[in-house]
Amino acid sequence: MTSFTFPLLLSLKIAAISTVFSVVAGLWLAWVLANRAFPGKEFLDAVVTLPLVFPPTVLGYYLLVLLSKNSALGRVYESVFGVPLVFTWQAAVVAATIHAIPLLVKSARAGFEQTDPVFERAARSMGANEWRIFWRVTLPLARRAVVAAGVIAFARSLGDFGATLMIAGDIPFRTQTAAIAIYDAVESNNTRLAAALTLVLSGVTLLIAYTANRIEHRRAR
Amino acid sequence: MKLEARIAKHLPESDDSAGFALDVEFSASPGITVLFGPSGAGKTLTLDLIAGFARPDSGRILLNDVLLFDAAAKVFLKPQDRDCGYVSQRDSLFPHMTLRQNLAFAAERRPRLERHRRVQEMIDRFHLADVAGRRPASVSGGQRQRCSIARTLLTGPKALLLDEPATGLDANLRAELFQILLELRKELEIPLLYVTHDLDEAVMLGNRMLVYEAGKIVQAAEPQMVLSRPANAKVAQMLGHANILEAEILALDPGRDTSRLRVSLGGGPMGELRGPYLPGHLIGDRVRLVLRADELRVHGSGGENRLPAVLEKTVERARMTEFRFAGDLVVLASRGERDFRNWFVEFPPEGLRVLGAT
Repeated sequence: MTSFTFPLLLSLKIAAISTVFSVVAGLWLAWVLANRAFPGKEFLDAVVTLPLVFPPTVLGYYLLVLLSKNSALGRVYESVFGVPLVFTWQAAVVAATIHAIPLLVKSARAGFEQTDPVFERAARSMGANEWRIFWRVTLPLARRAVVAAGVIAFARSLGDFGATLMIAGDIPFRTQTAAIAIYDAVESNNTRLAAALTLVLSGVTLLIAYTANRIEHRRAR
Repeated sequence: MKLEARIAKHLPESDDSAGFALDVEFSASPGITVLFGPSGAGKTLTLDLIAGFARPDSGRILLNDVLLFDAAAKVFLKPQDRDCGYVSQRDSLFPHMTLRQNLAFAAERRPRLERHRRVQEMIDRFHLADVAGRRPASVSGGQRQRCSIARTLLTGPKALLLDEPATGLDANLRAELFQILLELRKELEIPLLYVTHDLDEAVMLGNRMLVYEAGKIVQAAEPQMVLSRPANAKVAQMLGHANILEAEILALDPGRDTSRLRVSLGGGPMGELRGPYLPGHLIGDRVRLVLRADELRVHGSGGENRLPAVLEKTVERARMTEFRFAGDLVVLASRGERDFRNWFVEFPPEGLRVLGAT
């Protein structure tokens, strides 16, 4: 692995894993916010939105405090996996996931709320339980919004910089993602590496967005 | 199989609604019970409360021996557990599934072997074999409607709730839908509740008719009974082209089943009419008569039971002409050479009914 391929592959790996995590958590949160009425719902909605509006460094600092070796969560992680979480690529996954969730929730919730309730009512009167209704009716009907949300989450994770730098650091060949490597390369006047990484990162993002759009349009027909 | 409901629900006033109170009590036996009335009278809300999509404030709902809702006992079954088939006004076939998949979705609670057979039976019965592999968007409105009903039947409902299912269908498709419903009425031993504001549908399909007005049931009877003896002026108006006439009873003859009535047309000249015997009334009583527009006749000369009237205008309709006379008297009669100088309206004795009598 070179200083060119390592950051790219690491970024793709982190983005892929964090997209899975954020889709699972985001869909659940979106469904709860769209379908359930409970006290504190608007507060939960606001908390979910926070990572979107925080400066990345603030978010990163929060995560650092929350997950450091001396914190409760950090100790739990260390006792399970044997190593501390902070300044590993897994920490970057956490940062990217937290950053991607609000985008996913916003988009998926809008999708769920735009779905005509007549279909869910019909399914209920046919005796289908809520779990089946979600998988067989709600989610397929909102799939455009969900796929779009997944793509945005992936792109967001791929490009995460501030929070990742705060919690995972900038350790070449360990936690240095493409976005951070570009910054490093520019700092050390290695413009060729910076340009190459930028080009590849742009190309990958474009390809993903384009493919997702194509799949969606084919299904819609 | 019987559905008994006593439900009340209050929808508070808000920015986009004036507030509404529903308070009804009825029971429905096997056959079609039509919930008839103007928009916003609470018909659809009643169905929603029975289906379990909303919770009534008070009352109880009993389907056969199963308590679906009881405010006092705090029983509220989820829609999933109510065995109420629901066909909504808007097309509710899942757009992302083929017709066959839609049917299979409804049959999923049945044993695996039976499932396939039952779905195929429905496809055959409702003539969907050619289009079973297509999605709802690419089949006709009639096929969608048939599939909706087939899908509901597959769950084996113990009551069927139909919310204006004929809305948006053209005349042919409506006729086809009514045919299906009349067949179901014959073969299903369950109550069918049918919401409509169309009088023809109510009379054609209903074994019984519940007339809704502003959240209350103002009359519950067979459709023919509602037609001939509307409970009050509001009901008479809902039936369309109903004329209301103030009358005074001059004579009563139970032996010959006749009466003599003095009426006035909208404050115009008084006239006398022969009517049927009016049991329960005395000479000198003032009563209100309800007269159906299609039972009155127009003439160019006077005669038995005819009164002069002043024609204000005529309106051409599809099959009839509507004659509007001074004093809000409306007559529906077939077209023809009708260019009279003087107009007379004939009131056949059998068409003179006292409002509110049953």
